[in-house]
Amino acid sequence: MSETWKTLKPYALITPQTLVFLLFLVFPILMIGVVSFWEFNGYSMTPAFTLANYQGILTDVTFKTYLNTFKFLEMVWLATLLIGYPVAYFLAFHVPKLEWQILLFLVCTIPFWTSNIIRMISWVPLLGREGLVNQMFMGVGLIQQPMEFLLYSDFAVVLGMVHLYIIFMIAPIFNSLMRIERSLVTAAEDLGASGLQVFKEVILPLSAPGIAIGSIFIVTLVMGEFVTVRLMGGGQSASVGKLIQTQIGSLQYPLAAANAIVLLVVTMLIIVSILRVLDIRKEL
Amino acid sequence: MQDIQIEPVLTVEAVPEELQADAKGVSLRDVTKKYGSFAAVQNITLDVPAGSYTCLLGPSGCGKTTTMRMIAGHEDISEGDIYIGETRINGIPATQRNTAMMFQNYALFPHKTVWDNVDFGLKMRGMTKADRHYRVGEMLEVVGLSGFSDRKPAQLSGGQQQRVALARALVTRPQVLMLDEPLSALDESLRVKTRGELRKLQRQFGMTFIQVTHNQDEAYSLSDQIVVMDHGRVDQVGTPAEIFSKPLSKFVARFTGDNNIFPGTVTSAVQDTNGQLIQLDIPALGTLLCLGDYAQVGTEAACCIRADLMQIKSLADAETSVCGPATNRLTARITAVEFTGYVTRVSLVLERSGVEVLYKARTPDWLTTTFEEGQVVVLDWAAADCVFLPH
Repeated sequence: MSETWKTLKPYALITPQTLVFLLFLVFPILMIGVVSFWEFNGYSMTPAFTLANYQGILTDVTFKTYLNTFKFLEMVWLATLLIGYPVAYFLAFHVPKLEWQILLFLVCTIPFWTSNIIRMISWVPLLGREGLVNQMFMGVGLIQQPMEFLLYSDFAVVLGMVHLYIIFMIAPIFNSLMRIERSLVTAAEDLGASGLQVFKEVILPLSAPGIAIGSIFIVTLVMGEFVTVRLMGGGQSASVGKLIQTQIGSLQYPLAAANAIVLLVVTMLIIVSILRVLDIRKEL
Repeated sequence: MQDIQIEPVLTVEAVPEELQADAKGVSLRDVTKKYGSFAAVQNITLDVPAGSYTCLLGPSGCGKTTTMRMIAGHEDISEGDIYIGETRINGIPATQRNTAMMFQNYALFPHKTVWDNVDFGLKMRGMTKADRHYRVGEMLEVVGLSGFSDRKPAQLSGGQQQRVALARALVTRPQVLMLDEPLSALDESLRVKTRGELRKLQRQFGMTFIQVTHNQDEAYSLSDQIVVMDHGRVDQVGTPAEIFSKPLSKFVARFTGDNNIFPGTVTSAVQDTNGQLIQLDIPALGTLLCLGDYAQVGTEAACCIRADLMQIKSLADAETSVCGPATNRLTARITAVEFTGYVTRVSLVLERSGVEVLYKARTPDWLTTTFEEGQVVVLDWAAADCVFLPH
């Protein structure tokens, strides 16, 4: 085999992958970046270089929408962590057999066998004014009026997102917990650590990379959310994703593109700050 | 950690007096451990003298690790009592037993530095920062790792990791140290060196060491006392020399050395100066003579002869040499000769019974002979070297 081919071989091998990335990831993002500087009116877009779109989105509404999105993110992140960690912990440390661990983990994924939209819509008969929950509480006599906040509210949006995304928190935490050598727990106990100390000193720090990866999933998923916000928020709730979607709907592509770029930057900043706190390298 | 390097093994020069242990013995009385209906350990009664190095020796699944974990408090005791010194420790939590454990593969905390690993036990005991600082520093000094306190375990070699594990176990000044296969993670050459250092360390600390191992060389070289275990029971307790030269059961004979074992029936037992001269009838083979403490005529038993205690002779030589009354003689065919360095291992098949036996010669001696594969030879051995196995 010739020397030239030997030098070229690694490049040849990475070419298909690189092309796919360029075509389907880098190129679209660049495109959005370019369009975000274009001029537009109600009927057409013209290639240009204007900052008008960015100025156009620097409004109180955008700011409030971002705040609202952060609020969703915070609540969803906290809820998925507080529910997901104990679930993962139980699976990893209290289910004795690997077969059972795998089986129970699969049970966690059952909701994902149907589409997002169907899962969201199926909340309606449960949470609506005439829904199961209200009927039950009224039947028992706990409340006189149906609870309005259950559906088409921020509560419903958070509930829907937690339902949708919790597996993305459970899976990485479960994975990192499973990697913890059990002898470390015995060693810590042997050295006098109480149950709580074992958790704080050994298990929590060693599962931190799992928490970081789960958090990154949650951040990227929630920051771009618009389907859940629309279906569960019933027009009452706002998010950046929904804002962009509305702008696309009214053919304001450059405005939507500018918004998307800002969203991308904000999301990246959050991820970078997570990575600065928690080292995930050994998990990859 | 697989790279080859010259390893500075433990340099235990002087152990400060304050670190020398107030060693306590360990006693087990009729200890049983059951998992459901399965008994992992059955009715073990055992005394580990204070300040001794005791090895629990046996194949995997023999109950040695379970026994150690019961002493350390990581496993409940189903029946029986365990004492450390005079104190009965059943039900006392692991941390209040004044024992420490060194784990197989060390179980060092990967996210903590060497310093924090060693400090862990003291921190958990709620000791003041100043005391901890002094004791951790002192212990790292003793194991020669003072310069490594900021490293993480992954940045250390296998031998260094082992020393961190030792320091972590010893820093709480336990009365008994338990070691679970401490040398199995090291490569061969380092293992032999570390073995010597462990022994030295145990002497200098004056601490009671209880080690679990499946390797008889390790047990022989380290122990004051060996406890051979099989199927959850203690088979034999003795000094390394006793276990090696006077096994009491077929299992011990098979597990602890190259012994040829002949099961049979006791046909006579005559009192002799060194014990009883016992005659065994071996099926398809005939009669063998051996020496033992006591045998009941008519019982099923066995005898064994160490592979290096037999004499090999050509048929012609055997005819001229007298076979005394207290000598066993069998003819066998050489099937394989294996050179292993200082020792040459010769496999033979007994002509009469077809049973395979092993003969070991010093290689220099073997090279002076002319025996070859396929040749029929005579094996002689004295009844005094042939050990009676009651079980």
